[in-house]
Amino acid sequence: MYVAVKGGERAIENAHRMLTHERRGDRDIPELSLDQISGQLSLGVDRVMVEGSLYDRNLAALAIKQARGDLIEAIFLVRAFRATLPRFGASEPVDTSVMQVRRRVSSTFKEIPGGQILGPTFDYTHRLLDPQLAEISDPDALETAEPLAGVTPRVTDILGRDGLIEPSPQTEPGASVGDITRDPLDFPADRDLRLQNLSRADEGFLLALGYSTQRGYGRNHPFAGEIRFGDVDVEFMAEDAGFVVPLGAIALTECQMVNQFKGSATEAPCFTRGYGLAFGQSERKAMSMALVDRALRARELGEEAIAPAQDEEFVMSHSDNVQATGFVEHLKLPHYVDFQSELGLLRKLRAEFAELTTADKQIQEAAE
Amino acid sequence: MFAEHLSSQFDDKVLSAQSSFRAIMDATARPGRIHRIAPTAEAPAPMMRATAALAQALFDHDTPIWLDATMRGNGDAGRWLRFHTGAPLTSDAGQAEFALIGDVAALPALETFALGSSEYPDRSTALVVQIRSFNDGPAFELKGPGIDGSIVAQADAGLSDLFEQLAANARTFPRGIDVVLVADDAILAIPRSTRLRAMEG
Amino acid sequence: MTAPVYNFAYLDEQTKRMIRRAILKAIAIPGYQVPFASREMPMPYGWGTGGVQVTAAILGPTDTLKVIDQGSDDTTNAISIRKFFAKTAGVSTTTSTADATVIQTRHRIPEAALSEGQVLVYQVPIPEPLRFLEPRETETRRMHALSEYGLMHVKLYEDIARFGHIATSYAYPVKVNGRYVMDPSPTPKFDNPKMDNCAALQLFGAGREKRIYAIPPYTTVVSLDFEDHPFARYRHEAPCALCGADDSYLDEIVTDDRGGRMFVCSDTDYCETRQASGHRGSERAAPHKKDHAHG
Repeated sequence: MYVAVKGGERAIENAHRMLTHERRGDRDIPELSLDQISGQLSLGVDRVMVEGSLYDRNLAALAIKQARGDLIEAIFLVRAFRATLPRFGASEPVDTSVMQVRRRVSSTFKEIPGGQILGPTFDYTHRLLDPQLAEISDPDALETAEPLAGVTPRVTDILGRDGLIEPSPQTEPGASVGDITRDPLDFPADRDLRLQNLSRADEGFLLALGYSTQRGYGRNHPFAGEIRFGDVDVEFMAEDAGFVVPLGAIALTECQMVNQFKGSATEAPCFTRGYGLAFGQSERKAMSMALVDRALRARELGEEAIAPAQDEEFVMSHSDNVQATGFVEHLKLPHYVDFQSELGLLRKLRAEFAELTTADKQIQEAAE
Repeated sequence: MFAEHLSSQFDDKVLSAQSSFRAIMDATARPGRIHRIAPTAEAPAPMMRATAALAQALFDHDTPIWLDATMRGNGDAGRWLRFHTGAPLTSDAGQAEFALIGDVAALPALETFALGSSEYPDRSTALVVQIRSFNDGPAFELKGPGIDGSIVAQADAGLSDLFEQLAANARTFPRGIDVVLVADDAILAIPRSTRLRAMEG
Repeated sequence: MTAPVYNFAYLDEQTKRMIRRAILKAIAIPGYQVPFASREMPMPYGWGTGGVQVTAAILGPTDTLKVIDQGSDDTTNAISIRKFFAKTAGVSTTTSTADATVIQTRHRIPEAALSEGQVLVYQVPIPEPLRFLEPRETETRRMHALSEYGLMHVKLYEDIARFGHIATSYAYPVKVNGRYVMDPSPTPKFDNPKMDNCAALQLFGAGREKRIYAIPPYTTVVSLDFEDHPFARYRHEAPCALCGADDSYLDEIVTDDRGGRMFVCSDTDYCETRQASGHRGSERAAPHKKDHAHG
């Protein structure tokens, strides 16, 4: 006797109980605290904040813990929470020239005003697994100094003084800021929307696209004009009060790529820009973003757009890992109704094919 | 688990917005039928009760509103809308997401409003038109999506060419405007997909 | 950290208003895909976020909700979505098609004819019927604007040339109200005729692709075809093994690895309702609790 499968609800509950169990792991091992995740897996937390579009280290750490270290799942958790938050408005543009710099390098000049600051970086580490880290590590305390005050001029501003690079687009006071999380996207999209999309985009996707431009798929001859990481203040214009209110400081990584010059009959040649900005110390992300931003400016700069990285509809429609993972993974949901329809059609086509070939054979035999 | 995180009680505003919306949705899905909206708030004259409920259900910061001279009146209706919905008022009918019409006789040509484009016919103005009643006035036969065969509706819109304009509006489909007629707490929708014909007599 | 607070039916009021306005536009322009600012939902894109947002925007405390996936109320994703609304909106739920005021569905239209008081909400993965012919939104939008649907007919005709039939068995394109070509979501083409002149309002939500569209009640919905190759429904030629129905869409159940199989209704409520009124097929179904509703 056939019995239709029931009890999906209990199956779901049991599956989630197992998930909770697996998440905790061996109970003889101390449980991870959010402080440990936020303090010791800090670059993972940064990535979740950037791609989750929410600057909150605690929530990002919680998401990573809940997601068992699956960063895309953690980003998804943060995004779903973010979607329920009210939107009060847009902050004043942050000024990265007064960033409290923790790291800053330029590949275009040997010496720059404010200096090259290596800061905390994997660069020049020899990638040798460190057995000492397998035990409790107890690094020496760092000496501290007073933070440097004032302006650290951006390399692109130095180039800009001589007109060697296109001017940074001026912000129009009072102009509304697009928001890809509140308005449906349509193409062509302006650069503000593109940059928002890239900032939330999957790091791996941008890395691959940025890399592809270097290999000739939309080559634009980039130099890393400057990469800086540090803290900047965020301010909000309180309309009611009529003055600017400081909201706090956030850590940011900014990358300004300096790209091959352009010029025309009326305009002297100058370098062009690609821009990347990300929460926390997210250097790979900011650099990849800058490469792809520049590639997506092909239309605006009168370049032929033929490579994937230059195709704004392709890039923007596929950059979001929460969307991508949802749709790829939805293939594991039941599709047996459609599949049945395909099966029926395929059987019919095969039966007709068999009939035809038999008929052909008979005609052939009769002819012989 | 989730329940503790739900706002303490689903407040009246949330539920009345939902019930107003369902009345408007049902009206739009079934043109020519009269639906009633449970009044939600006292609105200043000349705004009718259903107009106010519709505004509270659908208007916000993202929807510029255009008011005709009657609705502008002494400014009370505009102030009420700003306070209760946060919607910006616009003097440019072509930019309006919604337009409130208090005096049908002075209705501007429909082309004054946003009709959408062929690519984006949804980028159009929805008109909320206050009339005297659904019990008197000329009768019209309506046909089209949402209507099982045809339906006859009556509307006393005073001296106006509203229905001639709406008949023409249907011919520009998919571009066009959508209309909700309001009389006190009753509404009747005539979306752009509805074809109208004046009844004899 | 402050504990998150959620609104009735999860979505905040501003989001609901935005979706509600999109729904009204969708009803006014039957078959046209209205762009909307789809929100990130607490379930993955591709798993019904569009349908869930539409349902959340229309649902009220007096509604009775039914959720089906593949025609069944007991598939895991249907259970998950039903629980979500029972939890966030406190609405009553049902598995009975006749008792529901709002039915959210993935891949099927119920067998029982729907009535005027009902809304059917479809979960849609790819709302653009032309997407597989032309991947660019900028292009497909232009084609809809100009009613330029030749490409679709060419594709269907190429199928006929190659296979002798239109080789589209689900998500079979339709024309709504004589104007827009529309994707009915991945329902089997068996269900297409149910959309035509239906008494219920049909709403379609695509979350990842950020589109909402609609078929108002009593609207003409025609499956695309050719005079010499008219549209034909497909159904496996057998009665349901449980209820004996010979008019329902059937699931093929593989019973062993030696070619054994049987066919039963995909619409579980339809099948159970028939069995409850005494209809029997070749196999007897095990008795089980009829109602799996929660809340």
